[in-house]
Amino acid sequence: SGINAEYREFQTFQHYFKQINLRTMLRRISSPAVSIGRAAVSTSAVPRTKYGGKTTVTLIPGDGVGPELAESVTTIFKEMAVPVEFEKIELNREQMKDEGSFDYAIKSLKRNGVGLKGVINRSADFRHHNLEFRGGLDVYANVVRCMSFEGIQTHHTGIDLIAIRENTEGEYSSLEHESVSGVVESLKIITQEKSMRIAKFAFDYAREHNRKKVTCIHKANIMKLSDGLFKACCKEVSEDYPMIEYEEQIVDNTCQQLVINPQQFDVMVMPNLYGNLVSNLAAGLVGGAGVVPSKSYGENIAVFEPGARHTWMEMKGMYVANPAAMVLSSAFMLKHLQLHEAGDLLIKAVNNVLNKRSCLTIDLGGNASTHDMTKAILSEVEHLA
Amino acid sequence: MFLSRALRSSCRSLHTVTLFPGDGIGPQISESVKKIFDAAEVPIQWEERQVYPILEPNGKTRIPDDAVESIFKNKIGLKGPMRTAIGKGHVSLNLTIRRTFGLYANVRPAKSVPGVITPYSKEGVDCVIMRENTEGEYSGIEHQVVPGVVQSVKLITRDASRNVAEYAFQYAQDHGRKNIVALHKANIMKMSDGMFLEQCREVAARYPEINYREMYLDSACLKIVSDPSKFDVMLMPNLYGDIFSDLTAGLIGGLGLAPSGNMGKDGIAIYEAVHGTADDLVEANKGNPTALLMSGLMMLRHMGLKSQADKIEAAVLETLTERKVITGDIGGTATNPEYADEICRKIRG
Repeated sequence: SGINAEYREFQTFQHYFKQINLRTMLRRISSPAVSIGRAAVSTSAVPRTKYGGKTTVTLIPGDGVGPELAESVTTIFKEMAVPVEFEKIELNREQMKDEGSFDYAIKSLKRNGVGLKGVINRSADFRHHNLEFRGGLDVYANVVRCMSFEGIQTHHTGIDLIAIRENTEGEYSSLEHESVSGVVESLKIITQEKSMRIAKFAFDYAREHNRKKVTCIHKANIMKLSDGLFKACCKEVSEDYPMIEYEEQIVDNTCQQLVINPQQFDVMVMPNLYGNLVSNLAAGLVGGAGVVPSKSYGENIAVFEPGARHTWMEMKGMYVANPAAMVLSSAFMLKHLQLHEAGDLLIKAVNNVLNKRSCLTIDLGGNASTHDMTKAILSEVEHLA
Repeated sequence: MFLSRALRSSCRSLHTVTLFPGDGIGPQISESVKKIFDAAEVPIQWEERQVYPILEPNGKTRIPDDAVESIFKNKIGLKGPMRTAIGKGHVSLNLTIRRTFGLYANVRPAKSVPGVITPYSKEGVDCVIMRENTEGEYSGIEHQVVPGVVQSVKLITRDASRNVAEYAFQYAQDHGRKNIVALHKANIMKMSDGMFLEQCREVAARYPEINYREMYLDSACLKIVSDPSKFDVMLMPNLYGDIFSDLTAGLIGGLGLAPSGNMGKDGIAIYEAVHGTADDLVEANKGNPTALLMSGLMMLRHMGLKSQADKIEAAVLETLTERKVITGDIGGTATNPEYADEICRKIRG
């Protein structure tokens, strides 16, 4: 029985030994470094799943064509195996009636610190929610870079300007009242604190990105105190950045100059309303709402969305919108998350598709669908990778 | 008998019009306009008045009495560019004039000028901005709430909104314009722009033959730089009108070519050049009188003197198309009087 026990132990050991060997052998066979008589399988065709290291990002598709654009982004991210997980929050006109879902969106953004969103239509009985996003989260700086695309025919070429807009106060304070029947007062608030903050942001941004000039856009000849304060803050901050040229321009002249000679502009900093007009104008000059991305920053939060905020409700569900702007915004988000390789690849791919005119959606003069554009971007990514 | 009838009719139709030459190149370009109107035998006699700000002890600014009386008497005026002294406590002269005569609607047509090539000449621009001229963001009501926090009030009233809307639709009907679009930001400024839109809609209902729609201002900015030919008459409150009309002027070649008219109550209409005083061009007399001239033509059409207006316009457009005798701001070398003489030559045939 002693010897039997030992033998049984040995048998067990052998059994396990064999098993171990078998497992080792199997592992070796399936390891990509070794090919045993099989055709070498390139791993780049099917990216490996990465475990851990995934970032959660809030995704708010919004109204109108927003969901279609968001779909484009999620498809591209899935194919590229980008380690980003989306926490999708449906926030559109119907849901806005429920305060809860809106508060949840804000909590999610605060928690994740990074968001990708479309445009939310204002619901008739509620305060304006795009604003609340800014206010509740204090996403104070909106940056829209308008750069001419070779492949898009526009009236002007060689444009490369950055519009930096103060996103939380100004005319968007939503403070209105009807003091007497037929007389409405709407308040525009400008504070020194926020003006200094956006001015500093603009100059820091200019310095970081090697830009040479910052132009302050205002209407202080008419709104002497409010825009006067904004202008004074910009001037004060400019003194700390002697290597960057600083100038001031009245907003109506700016709009005129933008259609006559837009190449003169570099970085522009302005309060809320003028920022809205100028960024839309500049977006129109380089190709429209379908191709211009934007990034918005707060203290601990970054939100990425198309530069010209239009829901295009009439075309909802028809998949004709150009997803390039949304995809570019998501690429900037990737770079923000330090996923530079993926981000740069995606930016290059979208630029190539637009410049080579390989796919033209309605806004670019063709009749391709959103899906077609998504596919074109993906095939360009594959081509470049 | 034929002669006396002609004499009688010419006396009957000799209009007296107030002229404010203004500052800087103002007097020089006004001379050109007078010269050209003479050549076209326009039945106008000019009543020239100087305008400068008078600061009253109560802090209000006013303009000289004889200027005011002249406008109230003649109803029609032509105004050159005016300088506002900075820092002397004056409210801008333009604003003072607007308030004195209750000029509630500003009309700024923007039409592509042949001979002045801009990136938008190909599709052509032919739009008219109707801007509410008395209130909105230009109320001048601002105050510092606490140090570092400033509040600026934008005022929108039902009456002012209705007045400009009514003028806009009437203008569209009179000039054969089929579309009016109201530009606003009622998604943000729900009550103020909302009230403006409400009045526009009420007036629109009375003009069913005119196609009325509404568009967000930022949407309009985006679309107009892509294809300005899609825009016809645009109606909007004060600030947006200011910005947008400079935008449309840029589309056709700049403020040096843009005419403008202001409508007041009781039939007062003052037409003006909206560019600056261009003091650096005074010595060489190289200012461009086209804007003031075009405003003058708007005035003639308002007065019913259409044939003379057409005759002058044809001569101006021919001169600009030839590009031989044109001023520096549009790429030529001629002086102001040389340009005016060329136009007169073409009028006389």
